Amino acid sequence: MHDTVEYAHASGLLSSVWLLIAIPLASAAILLLLGKRADKWGHWLGVASVGVSFVLGLTYFFQLRGLDNRAVELSLFDYIEVGSLHVDFGLLFDPLSAVFVLLITGVGSLIHLYAVGYMEHDAGRRRFFGYFNLFVAAMLLLVLGNNFVMLYIGWEGVGLASYLLISFWVERPSAATAGKKAFLMNRVGDAGFAIAIFLMFAQLGTTQYDEVFNGIGAVASGTVLIMGLLLLLGATGKSGQFPLQAWLPDAMEGPTPVSALIHAATMVTAGVYLIARSNPIFTANETLQTVVVSVGALTLLIGCIIGCAKDDIKRVLAWSTVSQIGYMFLGVGLGGAAYALAIVHLLAHGFFKAGLFLGAGSVMHGMHDQTDIRRFGGLWRYMRITWATFGLAWLAIIGLPPLSGFFSKEPIIVAAYEREGWTAWLFGTAALIGAGVTAFYMTRLFVLTFHGPKRWTEDIDHPHESPPVMTVPLVLLAVGSVAAGGLMASSVPDWLVPALGDHSGEEVHAVMSHGLITALSIVVTLLGAGLAYALFRNGTALQEQPAGPVVTAARRNLYADAFNEAVFEKPGIFLTRALVFLDNRGIDGLVNGLAAAVGGGSSRLRRLQTGFVRSYAMSMLTGALLVVAAFLALQLGWLA
Amino acid sequence: MSLSPYVPIIGMFALAAGFAVMSVAIAPFLGPRRFNKAKLAAYECGIEPSPEPIGGGRVPVKFYLTAMLFIVFDIEIIFLYPWAVSFDSLGLFGFVEMLLFIGTVFIAYAYVWRRGGLDWD
Amino acid sequence: MEDLSLPKIDYAAVAPMLILFGVACVGVLFEGVLPKAARRVTQLVLALLGLVAALSVIVWQSDTRVLTAGGAVAIDGPTLFLQGAIIVLGIMALLLIGDRAMEHGGAFVAQAAITVGSEADRKQAVKEQGATEVYPLTVFAIAGMLLFVAANDLLTMFVALEVFSLPLYLLCALARRRRLLSQEAALKYFLLGAYASAFFLFGVALVYGFAGGVEFGTIHDSVTESTQSTVLLYAGLAMIAIGLLFKAAAAPFHVWTPDVYQGAPTPITGLMAACTKVAAFGGLLRVLYVGFDGVAWDYTPILGVVAVLTMLIGAVLAVTQTDIKRLLAYSSIANAGYLLVGVLALSKDGLSSTMFYLVAYGFTVIAAFGVVTLVRDADGEATHLSRWAGLGRRSPLYAGIFTFILLAFAGIPLTSGFIAKFAVFGAALDSGEAWLVVFGVVTSMLLAFPYLRVVVMMWLSEPGESTPTVSIPGGLTAAALVIGVVATLVLGVAPAPLLDLTTSAADFVR
Repeated sequence: MHDTVEYAHASGLLSSVWLLIAIPLASAAILLLLGKRADKWGHWLGVASVGVSFVLGLTYFFQLRGLDNRAVELSLFDYIEVGSLHVDFGLLFDPLSAVFVLLITGVGSLIHLYAVGYMEHDAGRRRFFGYFNLFVAAMLLLVLGNNFVMLYIGWEGVGLASYLLISFWVERPSAATAGKKAFLMNRVGDAGFAIAIFLMFAQLGTTQYDEVFNGIGAVASGTVLIMGLLLLLGATGKSGQFPLQAWLPDAMEGPTPVSALIHAATMVTAGVYLIARSNPIFTANETLQTVVVSVGALTLLIGCIIGCAKDDIKRVLAWSTVSQIGYMFLGVGLGGAAYALAIVHLLAHGFFKAGLFLGAGSVMHGMHDQTDIRRFGGLWRYMRITWATFGLAWLAIIGLPPLSGFFSKEPIIVAAYEREGWTAWLFGTAALIGAGVTAFYMTRLFVLTFHGPKRWTEDIDHPHESPPVMTVPLVLLAVGSVAAGGLMASSVPDWLVPALGDHSGEEVHAVMSHGLITALSIVVTLLGAGLAYALFRNGTALQEQPAGPVVTAARRNLYADAFNEAVFEKPGIFLTRALVFLDNRGIDGLVNGLAAAVGGGSSRLRRLQTGFVRSYAMSMLTGALLVVAAFLALQLGWLA
Repeated sequence: MSLSPYVPIIGMFALAAGFAVMSVAIAPFLGPRRFNKAKLAAYECGIEPSPEPIGGGRVPVKFYLTAMLFIVFDIEIIFLYPWAVSFDSLGLFGFVEMLLFIGTVFIAYAYVWRRGGLDWD
Repeated sequence: MEDLSLPKIDYAAVAPMLILFGVACVGVLFEGVLPKAARRVTQLVLALLGLVAALSVIVWQSDTRVLTAGGAVAIDGPTLFLQGAIIVLGIMALLLIGDRAMEHGGAFVAQAAITVGSEADRKQAVKEQGATEVYPLTVFAIAGMLLFVAANDLLTMFVALEVFSLPLYLLCALARRRRLLSQEAALKYFLLGAYASAFFLFGVALVYGFAGGVEFGTIHDSVTESTQSTVLLYAGLAMIAIGLLFKAAAAPFHVWTPDVYQGAPTPITGLMAACTKVAAFGGLLRVLYVGFDGVAWDYTPILGVVAVLTMLIGAVLAVTQTDIKRLLAYSSIANAGYLLVGVLALSKDGLSSTMFYLVAYGFTVIAAFGVVTLVRDADGEATHLSRWAGLGRRSPLYAGIFTFILLAFAGIPLTSGFIAKFAVFGAALDSGEAWLVVFGVVTSMLLAFPYLRVVVMMWLSEPGESTPTVSIPGGLTAAALVIGVVATLVLGVAPAPLLDLTTSAADFVR
């Protein structure tokens, strides 16, 4: 059981916390509404607005540190009030939202700055920054809301911005398809989340965080389970977790800064935020936690296995994102002290993954937008800054001490081994294997890109380093990748106590000694990295080679697309076709269709093509007969 | 039998159906058989429903207009009659209502008249 | 002969309807006596004045709660609210109807009887002023809708149904361009409408047979007290519901909607999508809440299935549409489903949230059709979706407005569409209709897809050769657009005042 959740009312400087959202929003509005007039300076406005938000965020952060009760609420106005349903338009600034604000605006500013250079030759740069600012505003709303409806508003907003940004280069058919896929798979998750909110409302009569969390103890266990599973469905959709993971790698069709900010550092971690934020709900049901842990463990393995088989630099990084978020889900699923560990990993991941993506963008910038790592090689000599920063981020993600990934990932592995019984072995070992495989494919990526023989296509003679506007963010992110983990691992868990609960006094025992686990994880990491180096230091085949069933399955995304097609797409298409048929031709179209199918007469077939009013009348009559029959059947007791 | 009040109604239905069937069935036997072109045309009214005559099947609309106007005034009479019968009990209220009703009908009449609905050509 | 007792009439309470019927009659008279050149302005001003006057009376009378005209008319909270909504939305539609800036002579044909495709027809399409009969016809339709939502017995309701339907059938046939499509739409609407009216009337007869009266009060009493067989009651209720569901465009009685929405002149489509929907659901609410609430448990599952079917058909078929007006038609069908979810909450919250939804949707949908009237080429409106590709580059302002409208339809937060859906789903859930809410949420997620497809098409495609230009709207259309968009935004950001109003209005008198 957890303590009562209580938020103080915001006063003084903190009562202006809404500015965080308003500034990027205003900038987005200006950029999108002014049109071409803002083409010259629009991108700088975009960068500045996020920068100002970051500075403000820092100010609020220090303000919050000085308070006794480190969670303040700010109710802006009554949003929805109908009957017993009451929703505030309110914000909550507590340690959890504070670290997210700093991550979003901090990493966001760097990526915005980078995008100034990256999008320089794109005619739609102003529009791009407009959507980008819109995304930041929505993401901030997501983490700052003080109830689930606000969270949902931000949730929809980031989804919308992400969809627009994935499809940004819509002239590429793959981009348009990827946008659609992202949108549809997110819809599945969103539907779950929306229903969860309604369920919450029906059970507790409120969606305010404090009231929900304080009341959750009184809700029946089965209901909590359903509510949590629906929330989890929403979280898996947004965060690219099993079973809704397939959209995230395709989303890499968007411009690289988008991949870095939205599909690596911030938006895809919204699912982790959702679960961490609703920790009292998830803690209230053990089955629920086990499901979350399983989703996390499964996804982290799926992600790193597929990551080994991909040859597109951005897709490898995308699958590694899927896999790393799997670690975070593992963390939030383990509960207790691991909530904070997941958040630490999330923050550290924000730095090194953004660094990796921006580095990849820098490589693509120099290599005529190619993404195939089989055609890279030996680049370290030509782009030294990119090489160095990418290298640091690589060491960070594989979790080599003393870089940040080690401090954030290794405690999660330890926490997994701290579960009770055989599940400790199952999940702990999964996390451990994941660490090794991660080291393997990330090393493969790094070696193939920067080292070994040149395997460039003929049109490239001399790759160039990117301009300073792009390399400065790379350097700053690299500094973060090196330093952030150790700093945060020691300070963030304490800081997060007001939001995630105090678990410092809890006695836990791992199935192995702590030191052994640490040693093991370093060993598997070194093994994975060493194996990859040995295999790929002399380059690789330029074409896809025939391979065994495992590799083929991995190349096909473990058949997730085929699965989705068979389970969702085919029935969907069938349903649509059937409805179109019925709707255009009416019921007698169906009758004639059957008659035509039996008789095969062409004149009969032709009658199917018509949208005659008599067909409409016929389907109305059929509907009417059914309705009347249903009423009468009810009256006679056949249906009740 | 609780259904007894409905028995006459069923009888009525039966009679109506029987009459309709009989009229159709008996006509071929009793009618003289003198076929000509007009007789074979559908509806025997001078308008060919199919195939459409050249020019898009236009038919003079004037008959319809006149017929519709007749119906408007026809219905007015139907309303006037019961009002006249109970004029005494309806009193001033009924009188004003009827004036309003006639006034409304006359607005339609004025519209038709002014817009040329009463001109034959 | 026994003495007739005259019904007492509260003239102030029924004044809005009297004003509008009077204005419509005067409009017809003006058609007869005024010279052609003076008609349009006079008619437009007259109609607008009439609507504003009627609205003022409603505001002034807002505390009235009476049964009047011998119990045939109920002036209560829902009546006044819905009447006010119909008038406000009617004013917006009238602004669209009255605008002649985008097309010479306006959206309507000069003479409906001219042979399609003849020389005279081509001449009228480019030269002549549109018919001005549309104004009195519109006012008649609106007045009929006011009576429809106020009707407190089934016969008055039927008369009102016909009074507002007949002008609509005519208006549908009056498009200036694509006249065959327009006439076909009108004929389909008329035939199927008459068919549905017949169901309604037959239902009234059966219910009369059961209850021995047609007033909702009488029906309510005999539903709760009568011990006789309820076959007549259920069959009658089913048929009455069919007549109303037809007007509301609920499946499987929606079949006319896409054809009619596509063929009718766009301002009239706006009028139908907004005002007819308010009227139809106003009538349905009164029938179900006042007359037949005693058998609520029995009809809820059946109408629930209808609602689910409606949402599914609207959402799924919207995905495959290639014409913007048909797309909006299917969206309107799906919205009828969401409204039914609110109706089936069968509670005070259900009533108030349905009323809120009607208003929110009405504002947005009229603005949507307002934008449709702007996107045109030499042949009139360009409604095929492929023609809208790249519109954002050509005309960011109007593409932006349309994007906002579509986001509202999709129920994206901070638009009225989100609040409206939230309110009806919340009310339904409160009443234990969780399955309807699940279907509602799932289909609205699905429905967002076609909307966003249009958004992406407008913004992210390059304008092609065939991307039409967007006309500068005349002042009237611009005013309607501003009202619609501002209302959609305000109701999305600060819905509390209107929600309060609907809650305080949500009590029927019996």
